Amino acid sequence: MADEAPEYEYDLWLYIAGQTPKSLLAVANLRRICDQYLHNRYRVHVIDLHHEPERAISDNILAIPTLVRKLPPPIRKIVGDLSNTERVLVGLDLTPRRHTGS
Amino acid sequence: MEFPAAITNLPKAPTGIRGLDDITGGGLPRGRTTLICGGAGCGKTLLAFETLVRGAALYGEPGLFVSFEESPADLRMNVANLAIDVANLEQRGLLLLEQISLEQGEIAEVGEYDLEGLFIRLGLLIDRIGAQRIVLDTIETLFSAFGNQSILRGELQRLFRWLRQRGLTAIITAERSGQGLSRFGIEEFVADCVILLDYRITEHVLTRYARIVKYRGSSHGVNEYPFTIGPHGITMLPITSFTLRYPVSAERISSGFPDLDHLLDGGGYYRGSTILVSGPTGSGKTSLGASFVAAACARGEPAIFFAFEESADQIVRNLRSIGIDLQQWRDRGLLQIISSRPSLAGLETHLITLLEAVEQSGARAVVIDPITGFHTISRPVDITTMLFRLFDGLKSLGVTTLATSLTNAGADPAQSEVNISSLVDTWIVLRNHETNGERNRSLLVLKSRGMRHSNQVRELVMDAHGLRLVEIYAAGETVLIGAARIAEQERLRHEQELHEREAIQRQRRYALQQRLLALQIEALQAELAALDDEMNAAADLSEARARAQIQSRLATSRYRDSTQEGSDGR
Repeated sequence: MADEAPEYEYDLWLYIAGQTPKSLLAVANLRRICDQYLHNRYRVHVIDLHHEPERAISDNILAIPTLVRKLPPPIRKIVGDLSNTERVLVGLDLTPRRHTGS
Repeated sequence: MEFPAAITNLPKAPTGIRGLDDITGGGLPRGRTTLICGGAGCGKTLLAFETLVRGAALYGEPGLFVSFEESPADLRMNVANLAIDVANLEQRGLLLLEQISLEQGEIAEVGEYDLEGLFIRLGLLIDRIGAQRIVLDTIETLFSAFGNQSILRGELQRLFRWLRQRGLTAIITAERSGQGLSRFGIEEFVADCVILLDYRITEHVLTRYARIVKYRGSSHGVNEYPFTIGPHGITMLPITSFTLRYPVSAERISSGFPDLDHLLDGGGYYRGSTILVSGPTGSGKTSLGASFVAAACARGEPAIFFAFEESADQIVRNLRSIGIDLQQWRDRGLLQIISSRPSLAGLETHLITLLEAVEQSGARAVVIDPITGFHTISRPVDITTMLFRLFDGLKSLGVTTLATSLTNAGADPAQSEVNISSLVDTWIVLRNHETNGERNRSLLVLKSRGMRHSNQVRELVMDAHGLRLVEIYAAGETVLIGAARIAEQERLRHEQELHEREAIQRQRRYALQQRLLALQIEALQAELAALDDEMNAAADLSEARARAQIQSRLATSRYRDSTQEGSDGR
C-alpha cells in the first residue's frame, strides 16, 4: 500500500432505514469488519433514510441496508446485513489473503 | 356501449385511450394495480405512459412515471406526437417523469436485505406532485438488479400491497416470459387487472392485439382486440364498440346521377346509409363513386375518396373524360382523394386511418374504391369483420358511404358478396355485356332498404356528357344492349305502328256497323208508326158507319108517324 495514504483510505457509507434488526446487524457487522481489517484507515457514515429520505434519490439507493465504498475508487456497493465477513471483504475488494500477502 | 356497464360500483380510472375504456367498462380499477404484460415491442410502455398522460391532461389526475429503463428525455421524445403537451403537464406539476437507474452486476449481496429504499423514493416522488396514478416500467428491469429470488418475491408482494394502501391507480409493466405471463408468476395473481399485449405478423403485415386476461370485480370484454399505434397514440376499435343505434335520417341525397336517383324512388340515397356498387372491371364502379362525391361537394359537403387501386391524379384524369371535374373540389378543399396500396399496412391500420381521416375532415360522403383490395393482405373473415366495423363506424358518424367491390366476370354478385350484403343498405350491381362484337354496361338496383326502388335493369351509358341510363330490351332470354338495343327499338317502333293502324281500322268498322244498326232501328220505328195509323183509321170508319145506320133508322120511323096522322083528319 502507498505510504502517503489519505487520512481515510476507505470512505464507507452505510444506508439503513430505521432501527430494524437488519439495519442494526449491518452496522454491527461493518464496525467489526472495519476494526478487524482496516484498523484506522477508514471512515464510516451511517445514513438513516428515515431521517434523510432525499438521500435515497440523490445517492440512488434501493435496497436496505446498502454499503457503498466511495473511496478508494471505483465505487462499490454491497447490499444486505453483511453477515458473511468473507463475502464483504470480497465485495470491498479487500480479501484477507491478498491483504496479508502484500 | 354493449359491454354490461360493469357489475359494480368498482370505481374506475378512465385511460382516455379510445376503445380501451370501452372494453374495460370505463377504465382501469381505481386505486388498484393493473399489470400490463407482453413481449418486447408490444406497446406496454406507450400504453402505460398514455394512460398517465391522458389521466393528467383529461382528468387532472397527477401522474408519476418511474422508468427503470428509459430516461425522461427519451420518454418525452417517444410521445412527442401524442398531441398532448407533456412539458406543460410537467410544469403544472401534473406529471413527473423519473428514471431509477440500476447498476447491473456491480452489486454484491451479503445477507438479508429489503427494498425499503425504493419505497422511500416512491413515497417522496408521489408526495412531490400528489400523484394519483403511477407507472412502474418495467418490473423485470428493477428486479433483475438483485439476485435473491425469495426476497424479491416478498418485496414484490409488499409493493402491490403498498401501492394499494396508498390508494394509487398503478400500472406495472411486465415483460412476458416463456409460458407464464410474468417472471415471478405471482404478479398476475396479485394484480387486480391484467392486460396482455401481443402482436402477430401475417402476410408481412403486423397486427397488434390487446386482451384483458383478468379484471377483478368487473365485467370486461373478453376478446382479443386489435389496436394500432399511430400518430395519435394507441387506438383500439373494439369490434362491438359500435351498436346498431345510429341516428337514422330520412333525408335523401343525390347519387350525382339523375337517372339513378330516378330509379331510387326518385330521391337518391338515404343520408348516412351504406351503398355497395359491385361489378367486374370496367363496369363503371369508380365513375359511380366519383359522381357521388362530386354531388356531395357541389352541395358544399366535404368528402373523401379512398382509392386503393389508382393514384389521385389518375382518378381525376379518368373522370374528366366522362365530364366529372373532381379537381375543382380538390382545389376548394372540399374533396380529399387519399390513395394508398392495401398492402402498405395491416387491416387494422387501414381501418383506423380511414376513420381518423373521416373524423378529422368532417367528411359527409365517403367512397372506398374498392373494398376488395384488402383481399391481397388478409383472410376473408378478417376483412368481413373489418368492414363491419368500418361501415358501423362511418354510420355512427352519420357519413354516407359508397364502397365498390370488384366481382369476377362470371360470378353471381349476389353470391360473391353474400357475407357483407347484410351491412349494405343500397346495393347496385353493374354488369358487362359482350354481344355482337361490342361491350356494354348495365345497372340494376339489387336492393335498397326503405324505398320503392326500380327492379329494372338499365343500360349504363357513359360518354363525355356523363352518365345516362337507358331502358333495356329483353328478347326472350337475351338482353339487348347497345347496337342490338337500337335495332330492337326500331323493330318495336314498326310493330307499334302496325298495331296503331289496326286499331284505327277496327275503330272505323265499328262506327260503320253502328250507323247501319241505327238506320235499321229507324226503319222499324217508321213501320210501327204506319201500322198504328192504319189501326186508328179503321176504328173511325166503323164508328161513322154505325152512327149513320142509327140516323137512317130514326129518319124512317119519323116518316112513318107523320103519314098516319094525315089520313085520320078528313
